Parts: sequence; C-alpha cells; structure tokens
Amino acid sequence: MSPRYLLRRLAHVVPAVAGILVVAFVVIQAAPGDPVLALAGQHGDAAYHAFIRQKFGLDRPVFEQLFVYAGNVIRGDLGHSWVHGRPVASLVAERLPATLLLMTSALVLSSLAGVLLGVAAARRADRPTDLGVRLAALLGYATPSFWLAQLAALTLALGTGLFPVQGISDARGAWTGWRHALDVLHHLALPALVLAANELALTARLVRAGVVDALGAEYIRTARAKGLPERAVVRHALRNALLPVVTVIGGRVGMLFTGAVLVETVFAWPGLGQLLLSSVQTRDTPVLLGLFLLVSGAVVVTNLLTDMAYAWLDPRIRYE
Amino acid sequence: MSEVLRTPAGLAGAALTVALGLLAALAPVLAPADPFASVGAPLTPPSRSHALGTDDLGRDVYSGILHGTRTSLVVALGVVAIAATLGVFVGAVAGFRGGSVDEVLMRGTEAVQIMPRFFLAVIVVALFGPGLDRVVLVLGFTTWPAIARVVRAETLSLARREFVDAAHALGATTGRVVVRHVLPNALPTALVVISLNAASVILLEAGLGFIGLGDPRAMSLGYLASNAQRFLRVAWWMAVFPGAAIALAVLALNLLGDALGDLANPRRPSRGRPA
Repeated sequence: MSPRYLLRRLAHVVPAVAGILVVAFVVIQAAPGDPVLALAGQHGDAAYHAFIRQKFGLDRPVFEQLFVYAGNVIRGDLGHSWVHGRPVASLVAERLPATLLLMTSALVLSSLAGVLLGVAAARRADRPTDLGVRLAALLGYATPSFWLAQLAALTLALGTGLFPVQGISDARGAWTGWRHALDVLHHLALPALVLAANELALTARLVRAGVVDALGAEYIRTARAKGLPERAVVRHALRNALLPVVTVIGGRVGMLFTGAVLVETVFAWPGLGQLLLSSVQTRDTPVLLGLFLLVSGAVVVTNLLTDMAYAWLDPRIRYE
Repeated sequence: MSEVLRTPAGLAGAALTVALGLLAALAPVLAPADPFASVGAPLTPPSRSHALGTDDLGRDVYSGILHGTRTSLVVALGVVAIAATLGVFVGAVAGFRGGSVDEVLMRGTEAVQIMPRFFLAVIVVALFGPGLDRVVLVLGFTTWPAIARVVRAETLSLARREFVDAAHALGATTGRVVVRHVLPNALPTALVVISLNAASVILLEAGLGFIGLGDPRAMSLGYLASNAQRFLRVAWWMAVFPGAAIALAVLALNLLGDALGDLANPRRPSRGRPA
C-alpha cells in the first residue's frame, strides 16, 4: 500500500464526515417548531431549554450554529437525554457491547458458512448443490430479519423449547464465570443465527460468483495443467474470490446495524435496539440523533479499514 | 426486454411483481374488510370467514396484508422515482463531463452512500411526525448513489465509443447525445440497480413500521408484524403472513433484478461456468 494511496483515501473521510454532520444539522433545523425541541427531545423545562439554547448557540446565525454543533459532535458530545437524565454518549456506550457481540458473532458465522457454501456451489456450478445454494441465498436475502427472528422464536424457542425466547441471560440463574458465559451463548445463538442469515446469503453469492469467475481464468488452467490436485486449484481461486467479500463487509455495516436493531427488538436483546425502541416511544430525539451519528461514524471507519485491507491484499489497487 | 421472460428466474420475478402490483392496486376492491375495522372475534385462527385469521382487535389479517402491500409498493415506487431521477442525472453529468466535476460529484455520492438510511429515516419520522411523504423523501434522497455510480460507469465507457463521436460530428448537442444515445444504452444496467433498490426500500419501510414509525393512517406490513410480537405465543398467523408478504415482494424484485443483470451482462458468472 503506497503512502500516496493512504493519504488520498484518508482525505475522502473529510467530505463523508462533513456530509453526515450537515445532514443531521439540516434535519434538526428543518424540523417543525424550535430546534431547541429537537435537541432537547420535546422534554425539559424552560431553564433546560435556555441551557440548550446557550450550549448550541441557537441565538446566533445559522452558519455559526452548524460549526458549534459539528464541534460538539466531533468532541464526542452527542447531547443529553432528558428522559434518562444522562449524556447520550454514556447511554450508547452502555448498550453498545451487547450489540457488538451480536454483530460480530453474526459476521463470523456468516463469513465462514458463506465461504463454505459459495465454494461448494461454485465447484458444482449449475448442478443441484449450486441451485440449492442459490435458491437459499435468494430467500435468505429477501427475508426481513425481524420476520426470520419471529419464525425462529415461534419454532425453535417456543416450539421446541431448546432455546430461550428473550434476553441475554437467565435472570434466575445469576451464574458467574463459565456457567454465565455458556448461558449468554445459549441466549445469543438464535439472534446471531438469524442476523447471520441475511449476511450469509450475500457472502455465499459473492464467493460463488468470484470462484466461478476465477476457475475460468488462465492461471487456473495453468495450475490444472501442472497437475495440481483439485483442492489446491480451488484454494488458488478462492484467494482472489475473497477480495470482494472483504470490501462488501465495509459497505454492509450500516445494514448490519439495522438488522441487529430489529432482531434485538424481537429477542429483547439488551443492546442499541432496545434503546432505539424506547427512544422512539418517548420521542427522545437526542438519543436517536446520537445513534445515527454513531452508526454513520462506524460506517465511515469500517469503509476506510476495508479499503485499506483491500489495497494491502491486492497490490494492483492504486490511485493513478 | 422480453428476453427477461425467457429465463425461469426472470419469468418468476416478473410474474410475481405484476401479481403483487395488481393486488396492491386493487386492494380496496379485493380486501374483504376495512383493514382498520373490527370485523370478527379477536385472535381467530385462519378459517373460512377470515382466510388468514384476525388480530387482537378482531381486524382481518388478509385485508391488512393487501393494504399493507399497497403501502409498501407506493413507498417503493415513490422512492425509486426520486432516486432514479437524481441518480441518472448525477451519473450522466459526472460520467460525461469528467474532470473536477466528476471528482466533486463522486465525493458527494460517496458521502450520501455512507448515510445509514434506516437511522436517518428514524430521526426524520421522530422529528417531523409519521407520514408516508417524508419517508419517501428521506429514502429517495439517500437511495440514488448506487444508481448514479452505475450510470456514471456506463456513461464513461459509452462516451468514448464511435457512435457517440459520430453523433457529435453530425452536429448533435451534448445534451442530445447524452439523452438520445448514451442513456438508452446505460438503461439496462441502471434498471438492475433500480429493482434491487426497490427491494431494499420495501425492507426499510417494513423495518420502520416494525419499530412503530409507520403512518398510522396507512396500513403497513411492518406494523402488522410488530403488532404480532406481543401475541407470538397465541396467534402465530399474525406473525407468519405479513412477514411472508414482505419476503415475497422483496424476492420478486430481486429475481427481476438478477434476470435483468444476466441480460445486461451476459458474461456474468451467475450464468454458470465459462468455457
């Protein structure tokens, strides 16, 4: 990865971050009523509103307000929730670990299974295995995450009783150490599998397309002509086919958060989804704005990281 | 276009899309009941009088699904209309002008593409109050980047072709060359992205309804699914059917998009192993 590429790629972060801040600011300003209501979340008394007005410089020109708002956000001040009586940043930080646990489990599960299924399908292109994987991928991609979650809750949790329906751990258990970890894993299984299903469909499709493409390339013909065993040939092809999978993860983080939030709602998983849901019900807009900024920031950072990983893995990537 | 119907996936996608479109358009005629009216005993399982059962307030689930599908498709159409207009315009200008215009437009496109559409829509509905118009606007103004990118890529490659030079040489204005010669050729690829985007919008609209941010004046599939959440133990039909309707609509548009994609790019690997 050349330093030149790195610098140009880093420079792209500026318009992205500026865009996010401007959009959030414009939405606050354009909302019906006083912007103070958007920033305070329709809650609080006159003194609190005066404080917000002063903090965000709402009596100054609009252009200046934009810079005050952007400055606050960049310093990590996401505002204050009157409903919870706490800063939004600390509320979000408290819920984030549960959501991250769910998201990373789903990402790992879907990547492993997606690569396996994609390779299996590509090696038997247009035969029953392939058609089965492609059909399953189409269905998995089309299924709304919350519906799959409800179906899983109906059948696997309520139906068989093998899995807990809700929560992150058994309230009656109050275990510690290993026992607690197993309990959390037991609760994690269904939400993680459900969330992985959407991602799995996409990964399997990409891997399949990439491997089929690579298997037709000249270097694979050479490898076969040299008499390499089929396993080694597929490994050759897979190395190149995996590149697009890396980039697509960066682009999918926003959707992964969306899926996680909806799946959490069904399984009462104590992450950002529950915070979002309760804030929607109480119109606690500072929290909702904070969640938008957090997810946007996560998308910017993962896009940057995956682009760098891509450039590092594939030396052909350059900015001319 | 009729080529699409020759592949089984394309035929299924097109047939499903048309069928759902008809059901949505005729929902007020086809629905046996007002989707908001209590017309039976609460929580009745599927039966002869209520094909898909009733909900906790005795409302007919089948009527709710018909009207909900109508709402989904109206939102998807509105969003796609805005997004396609913006995307084609930005993509064509960026691809044809090139240089710094292209650079600025593409940085802007990236900035918009990064926005998490669901979370932005949540804020807009929370601040402006529920309503289909604002959902269409906020999703429309954030869904165009993918369309702009493919239109730009197509325009870039088409702008250097001989037939474009020929049109220029015959005295055609730039606007005419773009509209009459470049865009029609870029359309098949753009249609792929547009149909996939319509599918993603249906999922987003359902998600908004599911967390309680749907328009209370319009029945929505997401609302039906969220209402089912409290009755999972006693009324499986309330959860199963609305979600299935969402999945069917998304599947239809994805199938259509895939078939269009195979057509626009016959060398695409999903056609099977190249020789």
